[in-house]
Amino acid sequence: MAETTNFELVSPEKLLVSQPVEMVVVPGTEGYFGVLPRHAPFISTLIPGVIQIYEGGQIKERIFVAGGFAEVTEDRCTVLADEAVPLDEIDRAEVEQRIKTQKEDLADAKSDAEKAALQARLDVSNAMIRALDTGH
Amino acid sequence: MPSLKDLRNRIKSVQSTRKITSAMKMVAAAKLRRAQEQAEAARPYAERMERVLASVAGRLKGSSDAPRLVTGTGKDDIHLVIVATADRGLCGGFNANIVKAARNHIRKLLADGKTVKILCVGRKGRDSLRREFRDKIIDLVSFAGQKRLTFADARGISLRVTEMFEAGEFDIATIFYARFRSAMAQIPTAQQLIPVALPEEAAQDEKAGPQALYEFEPDEESILEALLPQNLAIQIYKTLLENAAGEQGARMSAMDSATRNAGDMINKLSQTYNRQRQANITKELIEIISGAEAL
Repeated sequence: MAETTNFELVSPEKLLVSQPVEMVVVPGTEGYFGVLPRHAPFISTLIPGVIQIYEGGQIKERIFVAGGFAEVTEDRCTVLADEAVPLDEIDRAEVEQRIKTQKEDLADAKSDAEKAALQARLDVSNAMIRALDTGH
Repeated sequence: MPSLKDLRNRIKSVQSTRKITSAMKMVAAAKLRRAQEQAEAARPYAERMERVLASVAGRLKGSSDAPRLVTGTGKDDIHLVIVATADRGLCGGFNANIVKAARNHIRKLLADGKTVKILCVGRKGRDSLRREFRDKIIDLVSFAGQKRLTFADARGISLRVTEMFEAGEFDIATIFYARFRSAMAQIPTAQQLIPVALPEEAAQDEKAGPQALYEFEPDEESILEALLPQNLAIQIYKTLLENAAGEQGARMSAMDSATRNAGDMINKLSQTYNRQRQANITKELIEIISGAEAL
C-alpha cells in the first residue's frame, strides 16, 4: 500500500472520519489544496466546499463541509468543520427549498449584521448545490 | 390513631408515588446515557480545536495587536454572568448548587462596586435568581421541549455574547455550570469565557515537532479571528452538554433515593397497618370473651 497520512474530519457534534488516506483535497480559503503524506505543516481556514478523499488515484469519498479549519502536519491532516455531510446524503430538493426561504429572509433583513449572517448561510446552500452539480 | 381505611389509602398513595419516581429514574438513566454519548462525541473537536488554538496563539503571544477577545477591554467594571442550569426541577441539589455558586459570585462583585449583568440559560436558574437580582437579568435562553441540544444552540448564545462584547456591553464574561464528574457528583464550576484563557502551547509533544513551523493561510490574524468565536461556541457547547448530562445524573440519583424512601415508608406503614388490625381483632375477642364470662 502507498504511503498514507492520517486524515481526521471532526464536527462539533461528532468525529466523522478518522482513517489513513493516500491523498485528500480540502477547500481552503485561498483555493483547494491537496494533502499528501509529508506535507509541510500548515493551518488554513476553509470555505464551503467538498472534501475529496482519494484512494488508488480515484476519489473514494466526497464530503461537503460548510467551512471551518484545517491543520496539516507531516503525518496528519485534521479538518475542524462547522458542519459536514457526505455528498450523497444531501437532498437536493430540500436544499433548493432552503435557498428559496433564505433568499426571502435576506430580502426582509434589516440590519447589516443580520444581512451578513443570512448571506453566509445562503452561500453555504449555494455551495451545496454547486457541489451536487460538479462534485467539488 | 388513624383508622385502617386511612392507612390503606396512605399505603396506596405512597405505592403510586414510588411507581412514578422509579419510572422517572429509568427515564433519567436512559437520557443520561444519551447525554453522555453526546458529550463524548463532542470531545474530539474540542481537543483538536485546543491544539490548533495553542499553535496559533503561541505565535501571537506578546504581540500587541492580538484580538480583543484575548486581551479583553483592559477594564473589569462590567461583568456578564452566564448561569447555565436545567429547565426542570426534581433533580436534587443540581440547580440549587449552581445558583448558589453564581449568587455568591454576584454578591461579591456587587460588594466590590462592579456592574453585573446576568444571562440565564435554563429556566430554573432564572426562577431562583429573579427574587434577588430581578433588574440585573438581561435575558433567558431556554431549550425546554427540545429533544437534544445542537451545536447551533450553543453558537446562538456565543454569537450573542460576542456581539455584546463588541458593543462594549461588558468587560468580563464568566459562565457557571456543573462539571460532570460522575452520575452521582456534579461540581458547580465557574469558567471565564472572555477574555479567553489561551491554552499554553503544548510542551513540545512527541513527534509533532517544533510547533512554530506552521504556515498560515491566509495569515495568523485572520485565522485567530475566525478561531476565537468558534472556540467560544465550542466552550459553551461543552458546558451545556456537561450540564445536560449532570442534570440527568442528578435526577437519576434523586429519584433513586426517592424510590428507596417510598419503599421504607411503605414498610413502616404496612407494619402499623398490620399491628392496628391485630389490635382490633384482639379487642373484639376480649369483648366477646368477657361478654360470655358475664353470663
